[in-house]
Amino acid sequence: MSAMIVFLAVLAVIITWWLSRQGLMSKPWLEVGHVPAGLSDRREASQIPALKLGLGVFLAVVGALFTLFISAYLMRVDAQDWWATPVPRLLYLNTAVLCTSSLALHWAKFEADRGRDDGLRTALLATFATALAFIAGQVLAWRQMVASGFTLTDDAAASFFYLITGMHGLHILGGMVALTRTARSAYRAGPVTERLQLRVELCAIYWDFMLAVWLVLLALFAGWASNFVDLCRQLLT
Amino acid sequence: MVDASHGASDVIPPAAVEDVELYHPHSWWTRYVFSQDAKVIAIQYASTAMAIGLVALVLSWLMRLQLAFPGDFPFIDSQRYYQFITMHGMIMVIYLLTALFLGGFGNYLIPLMVGARDMVFPYANMLSYWLYLVAVLVLVAGFFAPGGPTGAGWTLYPPQAILSNTPGGQDWGIILMLVSLILFIIGFTMGGLNYVVTVLQGRTRGMTLMRLPLTVWGIFTATVMALLAFPALFVACVMMLFDRVLGTSFFMPAIVEMGEQLKHGGGSPILFQHLFWFFGHPEVYIVALPAFGIVSDLISTHARKNIFGYRMMVWAIVIIGALSFVVWAHHMYVSGMNPYFGFFFATTTLIIAVPTALKVYNWVLTLWRGNIHLTLPMLFALAFIVTFVNGGLTGLFLGNVVVDVPLSDTMFVVAHFHMVMGVAPILVIFGAIYHWYPKITGRMLNEGMGQVHFWITFIGAYLIFFPMHYVGLVGVPRRYYEIGETSFVPASVHDLNIFITVMALVVGAAQMLFLFNLFWSLRHGREAGGNPWRATTLEWQTPQTPPAHGNWGKDLPIVYRWAYDYSVPGAPEDFIPQNQPGAYGLTREAIA
Repeated sequence: MSAMIVFLAVLAVIITWWLSRQGLMSKPWLEVGHVPAGLSDRREASQIPALKLGLGVFLAVVGALFTLFISAYLMRVDAQDWWATPVPRLLYLNTAVLCTSSLALHWAKFEADRGRDDGLRTALLATFATALAFIAGQVLAWRQMVASGFTLTDDAAASFFYLITGMHGLHILGGMVALTRTARSAYRAGPVTERLQLRVELCAIYWDFMLAVWLVLLALFAGWASNFVDLCRQLLT
Repeated sequence: MVDASHGASDVIPPAAVEDVELYHPHSWWTRYVFSQDAKVIAIQYASTAMAIGLVALVLSWLMRLQLAFPGDFPFIDSQRYYQFITMHGMIMVIYLLTALFLGGFGNYLIPLMVGARDMVFPYANMLSYWLYLVAVLVLVAGFFAPGGPTGAGWTLYPPQAILSNTPGGQDWGIILMLVSLILFIIGFTMGGLNYVVTVLQGRTRGMTLMRLPLTVWGIFTATVMALLAFPALFVACVMMLFDRVLGTSFFMPAIVEMGEQLKHGGGSPILFQHLFWFFGHPEVYIVALPAFGIVSDLISTHARKNIFGYRMMVWAIVIIGALSFVVWAHHMYVSGMNPYFGFFFATTTLIIAVPTALKVYNWVLTLWRGNIHLTLPMLFALAFIVTFVNGGLTGLFLGNVVVDVPLSDTMFVVAHFHMVMGVAPILVIFGAIYHWYPKITGRMLNEGMGQVHFWITFIGAYLIFFPMHYVGLVGVPRRYYEIGETSFVPASVHDLNIFITVMALVVGAAQMLFLFNLFWSLRHGREAGGNPWRATTLEWQTPQTPPAHGNWGKDLPIVYRWAYDYSVPGAPEDFIPQNQPGAYGLTREAIA
């Protein structure tokens, strides 16, 4: 569970930093009868839109989920009967496609911020197409794995590979649902609203996050992560 | 006092607070069934949780009957007995306690207490309830599936959970259980996002974090913990579902069953235990922290005294929440893990007793020289403190490796966790229902029935679980269908088992009286008025009782003080609502 403990430690630092700015040392029983000073800038509630904060909390939950999968993987790796599954070459191409998807979404955000709805539509379409290509690529990679004899029940490494990449793919599909809804409101005629800008931005944050998760997973499956962990262990001991 | 001189300039016009756009229902269906109003969702959550909790109550009767009179009830065979324990445990911990505290009280109290019109994402909030309902239905479907529900024990340890000798292991039972948990977790995440973001973003003007009632602090912290802990259960459930349905070997070692080599091999059952308890231990505090928060408010209100050490209480809640993530392996002392781990986890377990004890001292010091009203909520709150201390003390026994090893898997453990996370939080739930029922319905619960309910529940719970400690100490193992002729078990244990069972039946019956009271008082209860307990927090200051859709009238309330201004010297009343401006005793009119 060491990976999860590290993840929680990072979250704890963020939460502590946030709490330290919330006046936890104040003495509320003394400040009665008035609204505390400095509230003209609404310190009670932060400035971030609720949706964005909600996404942030959600990403923390998704991060915990994948970290726990990785923790389980790392606890299993040490066993005697473990032999790593070779990673299909196709995954590197898929990684590039997912990067492109993320870039396309940033392009969409760029267009949205400038209120150019034509560019926004094209960019969203490009994002959707590349995300779809990523999913197709992942399915193809699975088929290659099966064809070369690594089936789901064959050995633990393959089981983890299908489970975790599948879970990641599901999250991308969920993101594509949100992207479709955003694109639908972008395709409606009319100027780019502030709400649409926010939605594009939220999609971009989610895409970047899932890209980061994917890079970690790739490092894990390609074996770089275990080299890294070994290095850390050697440094500690 | 620094603020005695504050005058009219401190009154900020309500127009300065930006309001939110509220969803307005158009039909009966969207108003009462597919409602997006947090108050309706809260009642839906609470009703569903209590209904399924009633099933779990009956299951506990059945297994107590078997323990007291082994073999006298032919329909309770060993398979059914295991199914009853499993479903009783799972329902009580997750589908009743978690759902009722966070889904029920969280939904009802958070928007009202922080001065919001509703949760920030009402649609997701509605989905959260409906997913919970589906999860409950899938769980109940286990009773009707071929082979019945799973009988793997509430911890669902592999490999036995998915072997054919365990009830439901190779039938539908375990699959339905895992699917139900997965649905519950997805649904809870939707609700949990709401609770967190509403506390962060939905607070009205003047409601700083340090002016929040402790109830909100408790529910908020518990929700953050649940959002981070439930994924561990999710991962465990998904992986076990793969093992069971698709034949992978995440948790399944090579195993020979009935002389037949199963196709599994190489999996790690300990991995499941780590994942399960990484969720399981924070779960104890996910249930306990809202209870801590609520009980603080009940004690302060009904003792007419400000809570002692408010800041300490807040810090303790946060510290307990953080620490509870590094104690999980104290459930696994006998799993064969590295003894150094045991030492580490015993230490963290004992450290968590410090902030917890601090809270208990602060409750007692709040009562000290308070103007104690022995109302029903207060009685339940006092009963909670006693029970929680009791359960906590036996926790110190079990937290130490050397003491835990002989006591592990005995009835002592059963008695311990029922006291600390069964009876204690349930007492708070009752207290909270007696406290907030007048706000929810506009009528008081019947006092006479409530007294009978309280005394039978409180004393009865002790008569059930105190003897059980003794039964455990002489070495009676938990989870056994029957003890049979065993030399180390004295005859007195059998008599005690009968006694415990009779008490369990009586206490269970008292809950029927409580349910009857809930319905009876809807129509016949005394009219409560807006603020029958003369409490300070915002939910008692709503223009209508029960609060209308949108909670507040035209303007959101503005908060001028913390939640515990009781018996303030010089004030005309012994409480000052949070939204009353001015210094002590000054009314809004006097200032204007």
